[in-house]
Amino acid sequence: MKKPSLFTICFVIFILCWVFLRFFIGGVISKPIPNSVILMYMALVFIAILVHISVEDTRFREFLRPIHETLVDENRSTRRLVFAVLIPLLMCGFTYTNIAKKANPPGDPRTVHPTPPDNLMYKDIVLGTMDKAENPFRHYEKDNPEAYKSHIENGRTVYYQNCFYCHGDHLDGKGHFADALNPLPANFQDPGVLPNFSESFFFWRISKGGPGMPASGTPWNSAMPIWEDYLTQDEIWEVILFLSDYTGYKPRTFGEGH
Amino acid sequence: MCRCSSQTKKRIFLIIGFVLLGFVLFSIVPAFAQDMTDAEYRPFPMIGSRNAAWIAAQLHLLFGAFILGVPMFAVIIEFIGWKTKEERYDRMAQEFIKLCMGAFSTTALLGGVLVFILLWCYPKVMSKLSGIFGPTMIFYVVLFFGETFTLYLYSYGWDKMQGRHKGWHLFLGVLLNVWGTAIMFVSNTWLTYQTSPATQYGKLSEKAKEGWLEYTLSQNPELTRAEVLKDVTDATVTNLHNETTGEFLGTVWDAVNNFTWMPVNIHRLIGNIAFGGSIVAAYAAFRFLVAKTKEEKAHYDWMGYNGNFIALCGLIPLPFAGYWLGREIYMFNNTMGVNMMGALFSWLFIIQAVMIGILFIGANYYLWSGMGRIEGAEKYARYRPIMIAIIVICVGIWMTPRTLSSISTASEQSAMGGSNHPHLGWFGLMTAKNTVVNIVILTTFLSFLFYRRSGKHPTANWKNLGNIVISSIFFLGVVVIVVIGIVGFAVESDVRVNVLTPWQVLVALAVMVVVTIIDIFMYRKATTSGTIKWGGMTDRSQYVLILLAITFTSLMGLMGYARSGLREGWHIFGVMKDTSVDAYTPSLSSAVNMVSIIMVIFFALVGFIFWLGLWGEKKKQKAVPTMETETLAEGND
Repeated sequence: MKKPSLFTICFVIFILCWVFLRFFIGGVISKPIPNSVILMYMALVFIAILVHISVEDTRFREFLRPIHETLVDENRSTRRLVFAVLIPLLMCGFTYTNIAKKANPPGDPRTVHPTPPDNLMYKDIVLGTMDKAENPFRHYEKDNPEAYKSHIENGRTVYYQNCFYCHGDHLDGKGHFADALNPLPANFQDPGVLPNFSESFFFWRISKGGPGMPASGTPWNSAMPIWEDYLTQDEIWEVILFLSDYTGYKPRTFGEGH
Repeated sequence: MCRCSSQTKKRIFLIIGFVLLGFVLFSIVPAFAQDMTDAEYRPFPMIGSRNAAWIAAQLHLLFGAFILGVPMFAVIIEFIGWKTKEERYDRMAQEFIKLCMGAFSTTALLGGVLVFILLWCYPKVMSKLSGIFGPTMIFYVVLFFGETFTLYLYSYGWDKMQGRHKGWHLFLGVLLNVWGTAIMFVSNTWLTYQTSPATQYGKLSEKAKEGWLEYTLSQNPELTRAEVLKDVTDATVTNLHNETTGEFLGTVWDAVNNFTWMPVNIHRLIGNIAFGGSIVAAYAAFRFLVAKTKEEKAHYDWMGYNGNFIALCGLIPLPFAGYWLGREIYMFNNTMGVNMMGALFSWLFIIQAVMIGILFIGANYYLWSGMGRIEGAEKYARYRPIMIAIIVICVGIWMTPRTLSSISTASEQSAMGGSNHPHLGWFGLMTAKNTVVNIVILTTFLSFLFYRRSGKHPTANWKNLGNIVISSIFFLGVVVIVVIGIVGFAVESDVRVNVLTPWQVLVALAVMVVVTIIDIFMYRKATTSGTIKWGGMTDRSQYVLILLAITFTSLMGLMGYARSGLREGWHIFGVMKDTSVDAYTPSLSSAVNMVSIIMVIFFALVGFIFWLGLWGEKKKQKAVPTMETETLAEGND
């Protein structure tokens, strides 16, 4: 059997990578990957192939040979004709799918993590600057474990009375109402949620809810209620303690600088 | 095509020139036609104050980075030439300094333009800053004189100070770097202070401590001094201003030693080396591409290799320094940190990942191409596909955004169950990104190791054992870095930032240091099977060098936007509000456009300066047709 050309091998590798991302990662072992991300990864695959074939002159010439033959070889007129038809057709198809198809609603361009204000507020009371305000019960973790536990229990009660409908029994964002919401409720079991933000940030998000989001980065469209209208300051701090205790992830703290 | 005579063409250009000049003058006139003696802000004609200051500052910074970076490695190369008695190193170092001389006056000129723009457009801000930093500005002038005259002596004295005076010449080179570094450190104080006008309590002067205490007591009359100081430790972030009036409470040193000063100093110092190396490499690449003789090609091939090597030396530690700077920004102000990495500027860091990915892929490509001109390097070619795969996968992880809401449709979001992909979303977290950065760095180091070994055969009788040890160190290093990365998902951020990430960095550095030491001993008495055919590089590899310089420039521009934009609506964060018409943070797309324009201007200016050098050279060659051409073919690295 005739050995396939380097161009064919590269082409097959390229297609296999796309199939792997689109159908294996984005289908068999996980959820579908957005096209833009696949495009980004495929650009890298293309670069990798380009690097590999062009580092050495001999290999680069070998890669270009079939292209050159197709373009100038007299015996390849049929192949030329096929490409002359196929390439414009593919371009037409690509253009059509990208321009004519309008059925999809536009994506939600919001920033997931909004810019918090300078001061942390509960209703009209300033609790301190955002980077200095602290959970008043956090120190009990070391000073008074019993009191700490009781605050966590209070937080648990608050959570299951108010939050679990959306954020779920297991704090994984899969509550009863979750499927009806867009954006989806936060998943506190995700390691990228609690450890990346301070307790003051969560206090702000809970107390001000969706309507309290900043003017920049809109539209937020968050269905989160303004919880300061229903919960006390202590209850909000307690529910944050509970989130941390249940998931095992601690909100971000800041050590010493240089 | 126009068939008009050259005379007519000249007339057309002259008319166009006059029309443009008239347009500029008419646009400027209204700005000067009103009394703005006491104005807080004065508009810059046509493009606006912020854009004018942005362009001038960025161009000044790019030229400044070049003229500060180049002498650092020029003096090292000169030293190598002196010690090895190889004249070509000395010649190359001199050529670097010649490039520097051309750029020096442009840097000063742009600095002057920037100051004039700032004084005209932002008089109140400049008044505030000069009120605090006045003494440092005088110091800056002294340093600038020192640098100017040392550079003149160093450059013009090059040929005179050979032989027994070489030691003194090298001393001048070192002195030049001391001046240059000091100048950068001084000017960094002004801009870092604007971002982080605070420091830690333990570092404050007694005057600042007292001022802060009095201010706090005035704000909380019910408290006593002891009560205020009860929770204050040496690490407590302390503002240097009365937060109500904006009055400065400290000394000049307090303002200088602000939160982000030293991280920016170190980041820029290393960045300048990488940037300078890449510009020199791009210059060499251009000269290689237009070279007419084999000797010229050989020379500029060698110069390009050295430029790229220097850029790599700077590039490898650069992410570590950047990480430290990022950490300090979080330490200074939590909100600013969240804004930087998780909100307003987060997409900028995805672009940054793409660009640094290009830098690493490009640098490796150049090294692999270079191995093509070394006899005996073929045996390492089989590892190349694996290394390409590792680098590309790591870059892919690095550039994967945490949140995909901005780049996915509603149906895609619904299909993946939200704005985060359930599995790829993990790549968006810092622990994953830090892990792959370290692996990319180690792979690049391995490429360099292969390059260094190419064409050489170790004679040490423990070479097999040595190779096993080196392979094991690499393997273990990567395993440890990956394990630390995985653990990073499960620990609290404080531990990850302050313990795990530094350990990853230390492991990567340790691998590079230990492997280098073993390799040096292993190849100490190595025999060579072939020589490097300087001048034998492909043209493609030279375009990669130019691409690297462009990428470095864009990256510096974009990250400058992040550093400056982090202040958002403040001239001095938390102290002095920006109340001008430009008091908004430009979008990422506006910033990209602006940086692109600046980049085009920068390369046009650099091209002009280099062309002037070339022009002078050609004139000299015409005047002295029998001048000996340097032959560097068949050289060795």
